[in-house]
Amino acid sequence: MLYDITIDGKNHRLELDRADGRWHCRLDGSDFQIDAVLARPDVLSILIGGKAYEIKRERVANDMHLWVGSSRHSVEVRDPRSLRSRRSGVSSDQGPKRLLASMPGKVVRVLLREHASVEAGQGVLVVEAMKMQNEIKSPKKGIVQKIIADEGTAVNAGDLLAIVE
Amino acid sequence: MFKKILIANRGEIAVRVIRACRELGIPSIAVYSDADRASLHVRKADEAYHLGPAAATESYLNIQKILKTAKTSGADAIHPGYGFLSENPVFAQACAEAGLKFIGPTASAMQMMGSKTHAREQIAKAGLPIVPGTSRPLQSPAEAHEVADRIGYPIMLKAAAGGGGKGMRLVHKPAELNSALQSATSEAERAFGDGSVYIEKAILNPRHIEVQVLADEHGHTVYLGERECSLQRRHQKVLEESPSPLVDVEMRRRMGEVAVRVAQAAGYTNAGTVEFLVDQGKNFYFLEMNTRLQVEHPVTELVTGLDLVHLQIRIAAGEKLPFSQNEVCIRGHAIECRIYAEDPDNNYLPSPGKITLLLAPSGPGIRRDSGMYEGWTVPIDYDPLLAKLIGYGTDREQAISRLVRALNEYFVGGIKTNISLFRRILNDQDFHQGRVDTGFLDRLLNCSASESPEKDARIAAIAAGVFAHLDAGSASGNGRAHDLPENVFSSWKKSARLEAVKESRE
Repeated sequence: MLYDITIDGKNHRLELDRADGRWHCRLDGSDFQIDAVLARPDVLSILIGGKAYEIKRERVANDMHLWVGSSRHSVEVRDPRSLRSRRSGVSSDQGPKRLLASMPGKVVRVLLREHASVEAGQGVLVVEAMKMQNEIKSPKKGIVQKIIADEGTAVNAGDLLAIVE
Repeated sequence: MFKKILIANRGEIAVRVIRACRELGIPSIAVYSDADRASLHVRKADEAYHLGPAAATESYLNIQKILKTAKTSGADAIHPGYGFLSENPVFAQACAEAGLKFIGPTASAMQMMGSKTHAREQIAKAGLPIVPGTSRPLQSPAEAHEVADRIGYPIMLKAAAGGGGKGMRLVHKPAELNSALQSATSEAERAFGDGSVYIEKAILNPRHIEVQVLADEHGHTVYLGERECSLQRRHQKVLEESPSPLVDVEMRRRMGEVAVRVAQAAGYTNAGTVEFLVDQGKNFYFLEMNTRLQVEHPVTELVTGLDLVHLQIRIAAGEKLPFSQNEVCIRGHAIECRIYAEDPDNNYLPSPGKITLLLAPSGPGIRRDSGMYEGWTVPIDYDPLLAKLIGYGTDREQAISRLVRALNEYFVGGIKTNISLFRRILNDQDFHQGRVDTGFLDRLLNCSASESPEKDARIAAIAAGVFAHLDAGSASGNGRAHDLPENVFSSWKKSARLEAVKESRE
């Protein structure tokens, strides 16, 4: 199985084969033999050359993160066989980024207009929840393609707020 | 002994009190709002009653509803926990009038210590050390200037009617005083409905050290050691420990004796805490008294071997303290981390949501008081305290290493928590040396955290592939993918490779 995997914005190519309960990997051209066992639906135990790793998976709205020990990494996997990855198309720094509400609340301020340019880390909207205001930032430099949630809109976790191209 | 105890609270403290009731063989009654029907405390109680909508004023702060529930359920005592109605003298009085025993001090003791200026006045009258300043609300800007000049800058303006940092202003020189007075007054008015402000000398980088006191209803009052609570963010405690690295046996005795006299001056009964500010010369000054059981009580329980909630219940039931002051022994060291549903990468904003995965630590010297569970949705309506993780050891070093070990085992998936903050704190050299003060956490947070190692990213990539592979295996109806015969895999491999080639061409 071939996968295109993006970890923290960096792309990797992974080939995974399974034979006799062992996994053979080729990651960015380097070969590894690993032993992997699923302890729980979101917990993996991986052994590589005797070293033990506990990996936890976290899926919130459309984001996936993997924890290796106590460090957290953002992850995107493009599996050639999965319908979902075919639909989402090319997913890299070059593609449009969807800004989602991470918790339920209300949009109290829209900071940028459609077609405005935006820097990575710049605030696009402000969502208020639990009496605190949360600035939703653009993950990349680009143009605000569309503002979906206007000022005054109530939102739920995972709702699409804006798209940055 | 009581027939039934109603716990007028929620979350981890409700679970903790329910556990004490169970241990004492007393049926426990839980109350819950709309947002808390699936909460842990409801499942752990013997009986549970619905209060109303999620808003605290309609539920946990609603005196009428709570008293009505007590009557319906046949409770004869109420434990208020901390927060909510625990320091509300109107509630304590209403319980007394309804023939219910309030497990805590009397309304009058609460009232006396609830007004900061009134408390300062009483303590000063008793000849006990207070932070120099005024004991009455300021009457005019002229008075403010006179007091400030007399005690010397820098000074702190504080609200008489409440705390939590509201209505507080640090003033360095006379030119700043008038505008600081104006803004402190209006902030206090907005927060507490009372704009009264008083002055204290500002102690630079003080340590916040508090003493646990316990008094029965027969005139016996004891102190149970101190807690160092200097690690605060925006005046909210984040990590506490007992004993304090600064306090030696002699200082403990002196602070304890002052704390007992403060409690006695208030006619205090049951559990309470006397807070002190300690300056760089190890001088301690009365700050305020908290007339309730505190969040951080576990560290005291661990170093004294006492169960404070058991003792609260027994004292309220009329029993005498089963030990004297010289039988109180402080042994070992305990450190507590408050685990909050907060986002450390986004200014510690609350992070409600569903806990998709919970891997909780245990093992030697680890205590965990928790209100969360895997699959629970953290409500947005309340304080986001999820759990308290406490490490206990023979000495401070062992307590720290156990806590670090336990934090590495702790994983809460699906929401953000402040667990990573504690790794930073417990790794810090100054913290290891016990060199802490109330400015410590702000200084630590101003330094940026270190980056995660490159090597982990590659492990993450491999793991991502394995997860995806196993997901696909189970999605196609074959849960036990590793049992499939080799030839099925080969044909999957072949078609996958073909598709991969097609995909990369597009």
